[in-house]
Amino acid sequence: MDNNQSNIYPQNVFAGKYLNKSLTVKAAKTAKHSNKQIRVEKVFKQALVLIALSMVIIVLSIFFTLVVQSLPSIKALGWKFLGGKTWDPVNNVFGAYPFLIGTLITSFLALVISVPFSFAIAIFLGEYYPKGWLSELLKNVIELIAAIPSVIYGFWGVFVLVPIVRDLETKFGILPYGIGIFTASLILAVMIVPYAASLGREVVRMVPSALKEGAYSLGATRFEVIKNVVVPYAKSGLFAGILLSLGRALGETMAVTMVIGNSPLIPDSIFAPGHTMASVIANEFTEAADTVYLSSLIEMGLLLFLVTVVINVIGKRIIKRFTNE
Amino acid sequence: MESSIVNSSGFNAWFGENHVVKNVNISIPKNNVVAVMGPSGCGKTTFLRCINRMHELIPGARSEGKMMLNNEDVYEMHPIFVRLKIGMVFQRPNPFPNLSIYDNVIAGYKLNGMKLPKAEKDEIVEKSLSRAALWKEVKDSLHKKGTFLSGGQQQRLCIARAIAMEPEVLLFDEPTSALDPISTSSIEELFHELKKNYTLIIVTHNMQQAARVSDKTAFFYVGELVEYDDTKLMFTNPKDVRTQNYITGRFS
Amino acid sequence: MSKTDAHIKWRIAKSGAAKTIIIILAFACVIPLLAIFFYIIKEGITKINWHFIVNLPKPVGETGGGIANALVGSLLIVLCASVIAIPLGILCGIYLSENRSTKLAYYSRLAVDIMQGVPSIVVGIIIYFWLVKPALPFTGKPLGFSALSGSAALAIMMMPIIIRSTEETLKLLPDSLREAGLALGLPYHKVVMRILLPCGISGVLSGVILSVARVAGETAPLLFTAFGNPYMNTNILKPMQSLPLLIFNYATSPYDDWHDLAWGASLILLLWVLILNISTKLITRKWRVQL
Repeated sequence: MDNNQSNIYPQNVFAGKYLNKSLTVKAAKTAKHSNKQIRVEKVFKQALVLIALSMVIIVLSIFFTLVVQSLPSIKALGWKFLGGKTWDPVNNVFGAYPFLIGTLITSFLALVISVPFSFAIAIFLGEYYPKGWLSELLKNVIELIAAIPSVIYGFWGVFVLVPIVRDLETKFGILPYGIGIFTASLILAVMIVPYAASLGREVVRMVPSALKEGAYSLGATRFEVIKNVVVPYAKSGLFAGILLSLGRALGETMAVTMVIGNSPLIPDSIFAPGHTMASVIANEFTEAADTVYLSSLIEMGLLLFLVTVVINVIGKRIIKRFTNE
Repeated sequence: MESSIVNSSGFNAWFGENHVVKNVNISIPKNNVVAVMGPSGCGKTTFLRCINRMHELIPGARSEGKMMLNNEDVYEMHPIFVRLKIGMVFQRPNPFPNLSIYDNVIAGYKLNGMKLPKAEKDEIVEKSLSRAALWKEVKDSLHKKGTFLSGGQQQRLCIARAIAMEPEVLLFDEPTSALDPISTSSIEELFHELKKNYTLIIVTHNMQQAARVSDKTAFFYVGELVEYDDTKLMFTNPKDVRTQNYITGRFS
Repeated sequence: MSKTDAHIKWRIAKSGAAKTIIIILAFACVIPLLAIFFYIIKEGITKINWHFIVNLPKPVGETGGGIANALVGSLLIVLCASVIAIPLGILCGIYLSENRSTKLAYYSRLAVDIMQGVPSIVVGIIIYFWLVKPALPFTGKPLGFSALSGSAALAIMMMPIIIRSTEETLKLLPDSLREAGLALGLPYHKVVMRILLPCGISGVLSGVILSVARVAGETAPLLFTAFGNPYMNTNILKPMQSLPLLIFNYATSPYDDWHDLAWGASLILLLWVLILNISTKLITRKWRVQL
C-alpha cells in the first residue's frame, strides 16, 4: 500500500521500513485474536442477561419462601391471626394485633415528629441555600445521620434517651418506664429524617424558576412563593419522600428493639412498652421451636415485606414520574 | 478502469417503520475520495453507517440488500471483522478520555487485549500519527491525555486511531462540521494524502467541501441515490434536476 | 393606604419569621448527631487501647478483654459479601444501563427496587431458610449458622446500591464512547470493561464503598445467619462474631464490663463508617474522568 514518499512529511522515513513488512501478517494476527474474542463476547452478553434475570429470581424466591414458611400459621390461624389480641407462645396462642399496633404507632408517630424537620431541611437546601458552605455542611450532617448504624442509635438510646424520657415521665406523673413506644418513636424519627429530607431537597430544587419568578413579579414574599408555588409543585415528590421515610421506619429493627420494652401486650398509652413486628421477630425467632410459633413470626415477616415493598415501589414510581415531567 | 472496493446493490435501511435508505446501488473505486452529500434527513449518514454495520446497533434498525467489500458481503461477516477492515471517524472527535495519546492510537490493539512488543507499538503510533499529520505536534507529549488537544487535533487523533488498524476503507461522518475553519482545511488537506493508502468515503453537508476534496460525489435525496458522478462533472453539469436545485442552493 | 402598607409589612415579617423557623428546624437535626458522636466518643475513647483490639472478650466478671474476634469477623464477613455482591452488582448495572427498554430490564429494575426495600430482618429470615436450616446435598446435615450465610445476607443488601450507582454512572456516559470503541472492531465486552467502566470508575467505586459502609453496621441480617461467636473464628463455614452483633449483645446485657466493651466497639464502628463515607466523597472528586 505505502509506495509513495510523502512530500509534506519529510520525516516519514519509515515508509521505507514498511515496504518489506507484510501487512497481511498483522491483519491475520488481529483476525485470529478476534475470532476468540467473538466467542468471549457471546458468553459475556449471555452472562449479563443471566445476572439481570437472577435479580428477578431472587426477589421471587424471597416472596415464595416467605409464603411457604408462613403456610402452617396461615392454615392454623387464618385471618384471626391479624386480629388476635393475645400473644402467648407458651400456651400456643398467637395474635399479631399488638405488633401491628406497635408497628403502626411507632412508625406514624416517628413520621409525624420527623416530617417538619425533613421539610425544613428540604426547603432550606432546595430554596434558601442550594449552594455554599452552609449547604454542604447540612448535607453532610444529613448523610451522617443516615450512615450511623441502627445498633448504635439503639445503644445510645438506651443509655442517654431512656433516662431522659424516664425523668420526663416522672415529672408528668406517668409510669416511668423510660423505654416504650414513645422513646422508640423518638429514635426512629431521628433516623428517618434524612430520607424525606434528601428527596425533598431534590424535588424542591427542580421547581422551575420561571414559576417562582412569575410569583415574585406579582409582589409575593419569599415565604408566600414557597407556600403557594414551590410546595404545591413539589407536592408529589415530597409525598414520595414521606413514603420512603415511612418504609424505612416500618422495617427498622435494632434501634427499636433496644428501647421499646419488648412487651407482647397491647400498649395502653404511648409511654408504655410495646413491640413491633420487626422487633418481635428479632427477639423470638431463635427461640421459636414450635412450627406454628415460627411460622407466625414468618407470617409477620411476610406482612412486613409486602407493606414495605409496596410503599417503596410506589414512592419510587412517583419520583420517576416527577422527574420525567 | 479502477477496481471497486465497496459496492452496494439494492440496499435499503429502516429505522423501525421509517424507510430511510431506498434501493441504493453504488460502486466506490479504490483509493478514491468519494463525497456523499445531500440535505439533512436524506439518509446519507444512515447509509454510511450501514457500510461498517454501525447502523444495526440502534434498537429497531434494520437493513436489506447487498453490501460488498472486495467481493465479500459485509452482512455475512461478523461485524467485528467488518470494522477491522473499515474504519470510521465521527462527527464529534471522540478520543478515549481515560487514555493517553499514545494509548489512544493503539487502542484498537491494546483494548482488544492484543499484546504487541513495544517496538512494534511505537512504530504503529508514529506511523499512524504521521499519516494523520499529527506526529510533529504531539510526539513530545504522547503520555498526555487526548482530551487536552484542540478540536482539530483531536479529530486527527481519531483519524490516527482508525488508521492504526490498517483498514482498507475509511468512513467519515461529517468530520469537520464541529471544527473551526483552520482545522477544517488542515483535515481536508489530509484527505488528499490519505487517499494514497486508503479509500475514503466522506459524508458532508457542506457542498463546497464535497467539491474541494472529492474525486467522485454521490447526491442523496429523501433516501435515494439521485446522482453519482465524477465531482467535476456533477458540479458543472448535473444530470438530475434535483441535483441541480441542490447545487444552486434552491434547498439545502 | 396605611392599611395596605401595614398588611405588606405583616407579610414581609411573616416571611422573615418563616425563614427563621425553617433554619432552626433544619439545623435542629445537628443536635442528635452531635449528642450521639459526643457521647460515643466520650464513653468509647477511654476503652480503646492495644489490648482492646487484640484480645478476645473475657467471661463475665473478669476485667479486660477485647473485641478482636468481632473486628476480624466483621472484616471477613463484609469481605465475603463484597466478593459476591460487587461483580454481580456491577454486571447487572452494566446490563441495565446498556439495555434501557427490554422487558427483562424493566422487570430486573423493578426487582432491584424491591430488593432495596426489603427490611433487613426479613433478609436474615430468608437466608436462614436458604443457607442455614436446609440439609446440604452431600452430608445430609444442615450448614447451620455460618459467616458465609451472613455474607450472603449482606450481599443481598449491597447489590441494589451497587447496581443503582453503576447504572446511573454508565447512563451518563455519551454514546460516542461506545461507538468509537465498536467502530475500531473491539468486541462488546472489551468496550464495556476497557472503555465504559474505566471512564465511569469514580461513580461505580463510590457506589461500592457506599454499599460497604451501609452493611458494615448491619445487625439484623446477621442475627440468624452469622449468629455471633464469643471466640475468634476465621472459618467462614462456622458462626462468626461481628462488630454490630457484639455491640447489640453486650449493650443489652446487664454487665457493666460488657457495656464498656460495647462503647469501645461503637466508637470503632462509628469511625469506620465515617472513614468510608469520607472516602466516597474523595474518590468521586479525585478519580473523576474528564469527558
